[in-house]
Amino acid sequence: MPNVLAFAEARGGELRKVAFEAVTAARQLADDVGGEVHAILVGPAGTGGKAAALAEFGADVIVVSEHAGFANYAPEATAALVAERVKGGDYRAVVFSASAQGKDLAPRTAAKLRSAIATDVTSFSLSGDALVVTHPGYTGKVMHTLKLVGSPAMLSLRAGAITTVRKAGAGRVESVAPTADPGAGRVTVTETVLGDSKKLDLGEAPIIVSGGRGLKAAENFKLVEDLAAAFGNAAVGATRAVTDEGWRPHSDQIGQTGRLVSPDLYVAVGISGAIQHLAGMRTAKCIVAINKDKEAPIFKVADYGIVGDAFEVVPALTAAVKQAKQSTH
Amino acid sequence: MKIAVCIKRVPEMDVNFKIAPSGKAVDETGLKWDMSDFDGYAVEAALQLTEKAGAGEAHVISLGPDVVQETLRKALSMGVARAVHLQSDVVPFDGYAIASALAAELKDGGYDLIMFGKMSIDGASGVVQFAVAEMLDLPIVHACSSLRIEGGKGTARREIEGGGELVSFTLPAVVSIDEGIARPRYPSLKGIMSAKKKPLDIKPAQLGDVRLTVEKVELPPPRAAGRIIGEGAAAVPELVRLLQNEAKVL
Ligand SMILES: Cc1cc2nc3c(=O)[nH]c(=O)nc-3n(C[C@H](O)[C@H](O)[C@H](O)COP(=O)(O)OP(=O)(O)OC[C@H]3O[C@@H](n4cnc5c(N)ncnc54)[C@H](O)[C@@H]3O)c2cc1C
Ligand SMILES: Nc1ncnc2c1ncn2[C@@H]1O[C@H](COP(=O)(O)O)[C@@H](O)[C@H]1O
Repeated sequence: MPNVLAFAEARGGELRKVAFEAVTAARQLADDVGGEVHAILVGPAGTGGKAAALAEFGADVIVVSEHAGFANYAPEATAALVAERVKGGDYRAVVFSASAQGKDLAPRTAAKLRSAIATDVTSFSLSGDALVVTHPGYTGKVMHTLKLVGSPAMLSLRAGAITTVRKAGAGRVESVAPTADPGAGRVTVTETVLGDSKKLDLGEAPIIVSGGRGLKAAENFKLVEDLAAAFGNAAVGATRAVTDEGWRPHSDQIGQTGRLVSPDLYVAVGISGAIQHLAGMRTAKCIVAINKDKEAPIFKVADYGIVGDAFEVVPALTAAVKQAKQSTH
Repeated sequence: MKIAVCIKRVPEMDVNFKIAPSGKAVDETGLKWDMSDFDGYAVEAALQLTEKAGAGEAHVISLGPDVVQETLRKALSMGVARAVHLQSDVVPFDGYAIASALAAELKDGGYDLIMFGKMSIDGASGVVQFAVAEMLDLPIVHACSSLRIEGGKGTARREIEGGGELVSFTLPAVVSIDEGIARPRYPSLKGIMSAKKKPLDIKPAQLGDVRLTVEKVELPPPRAAGRIIGEGAAAVPELVRLLQNEAKVL
C-alpha cells in the first residue's frame, strides 16, 4: 500500500501553520490511495515534542530527526534526510510547503531523486496513475493544470491553499539520525535573522494593510500600523516604491517581485495599483482601496474604494474599526 | 571570475492573456517579449561581480526558438561577453528537460558561478536551477537577495517569512537571484553597437525527458468590477458596514 509523505516545517522548535496544511494535504492524498501519512519533522533537541500535534491532523508516523545543526535551516542535510526516507519507503507523493524554506527544499529533494515536481500548487488530486495539480503562472494571470507521472510525485503547496482539517492519525514516532551532518555541507545557514516574532507573517495574516508612496514618509506608516493593530489579526505590507525608498524592508514588498498573498481582506492605502503590485494581491477575497486620485487603477480591482486623503480617511477608519470590534465583543 | 547566467525569454505581463486554441498554452499573437525579471537581476549581479573583481567575464545562455537571440543580444549589450543559444522550437514546461540541456552546455565551461533567476515569470516554478545543480553536483543557494564572493567562497542572504537567512557556501556554485541585489542596467548605445560584434554561438539543445506536462491552461475567473463607495472620511461608516455585513471580514 503506498503512503504519502509530508514535510512538516518548524522554526525555532515550533511548528509553522504551513506544516499542518502539508499534513492535511497528505492526509487527503493518502485517503485516496488507502495508505498512511508519514510526516518528517526536523529541528534542534526538543522539536520531537511537537509530533503529537501533527498526529491530530492525520499523521500516522512522525519521523523525527533532532540535531543541534538543525537549529538553522540546513538545506543539504534536510534534503538528504527526506530523500533517504523516500528511497526507503513506498511513497505515492511527497507534500512540501511553498514557504521560503519549502521553495528551496522541495525542488532540492526532487532533483536528488529525479522525481516530477510541481511547485506553488493551489489544488491537487490523484487521477489514475497521475497526480494532477493547479499551478498559477504568468504572475497569477494564467492557471496551469499540470500532470505529474511517476511515483513519488512531489509538490509544494501554496500557503493558505487548503484549510487544515483535524483528523486523528496513529501518531507513531520514529527517531532517526541525520544522514548527513547538518552543520557541515557545502551550503550552510550561519544565522537566521528574525524581526519581531509577535508580528503576523504576510503569508499567514487574514488581513493585510498595505501602504504605498502616497504615505509620503517612513514615519507615516504609523497610520497603517495603527489600522492593522485595530483589526488585530493583520500584517503590514508595502509597494516596491516604498521598499525602494527604504521606508519598509524588502520582505514587506507585495507584488510580482515580492510576496504573493491572498488574505481575506487587503486594504491598499496610497497605492496606485500598478500591474506588478496587483500581481501579488489580486487574489485577495476582498480589496479596499483608499486613494486621493479617483482615476487610480487600484479602484478597478477594489471591492470598496474610498476617494480621499489617506491622512484623513485612515485615522477615521482605525477609530471605526476599533469601535466595531468593541461592540461585537 | 567566470560566470554563466541562464536567461529565459518571456512575454511582458502587462496584458490580458488569451488561451491558444490547443487549450494548453497562452496565445502568443501580439505579445511583447523580454528577459524574465529575476534573470535580469541575475545578469546585472553577474556584471557587477566581474566588474568588482576586475577580471573574468559573464556569459549568458538561453534555450528556446531563434527569437531568444534578441534576448541574448540584450544581455550582450548590457556588457556580457559571450552568448550561447541552445536551439529548440519547443520550450517544455518540465524544468528537468530544460536543465539537462543547460547542464550539458555548462558542464565543461569552467564557471566559478552559475546564476539563475529565482523563478521564471511565466512558468513560475523555480526548479531549473536545482536540477542543473544536481546534474553538475554543485552546491546551490536559492533566492539570494544579496551576494558576495570573497576569498574563494560566497556569502548570501535569503529572505524568509519575517526575516532572513545568512548563508555561506563553497565555490564553484549555482545561485539563483531574488530582487534586492541590483536593478538591471539599460544597454548603452555603445553597448548596443559592441554587442553586434560579440560571439553568439548557436547549438542544438539536448532536451531531457519529460515527466511533467501541461494538461490545460485557463484564465482565472475575473474579479468583479471595482466600486467606489464614497469620498473622504464621510465614507468610513458605510465601508465598515459593508466589511461587516457584506464581505463579513470584520
Ligand atoms: C520588473 C518590475 C517589478 C516590479 N515589482 C513590483 C512589486 O513586486 N511590487 C510593487 O508594489 N511594485 C513593483 N514594481 C513597481 C510598480 O511598477 C510601481 O512602480 C509601484 O507598485 C508603485 O508603488 P506605489 O503605488 O506605492 O506608488 P505610486 O505609483 O507613486 O502611487 C502612489 C499613489 O498614492 C496616491 N496618493 C498620493 N498621496 C495620497 C494621499 N495623501 N492619500 C491617498 N492617496 C495618495 C496617488 O494618487 C497614487 O495613486 C515593479 C516594477 C518593475 C518594472
Ligand atoms: N529556456 C530557458 N533558457 C535559459 N534559462 C532558463 C530557461 N528556463 C528557465 N531558465 C532559468 O531557470 C530559472 C528558473 O526557471 P523556472 O524553473 O521555469 O521557474 C529562470 O529564472 C532562468 O534563470
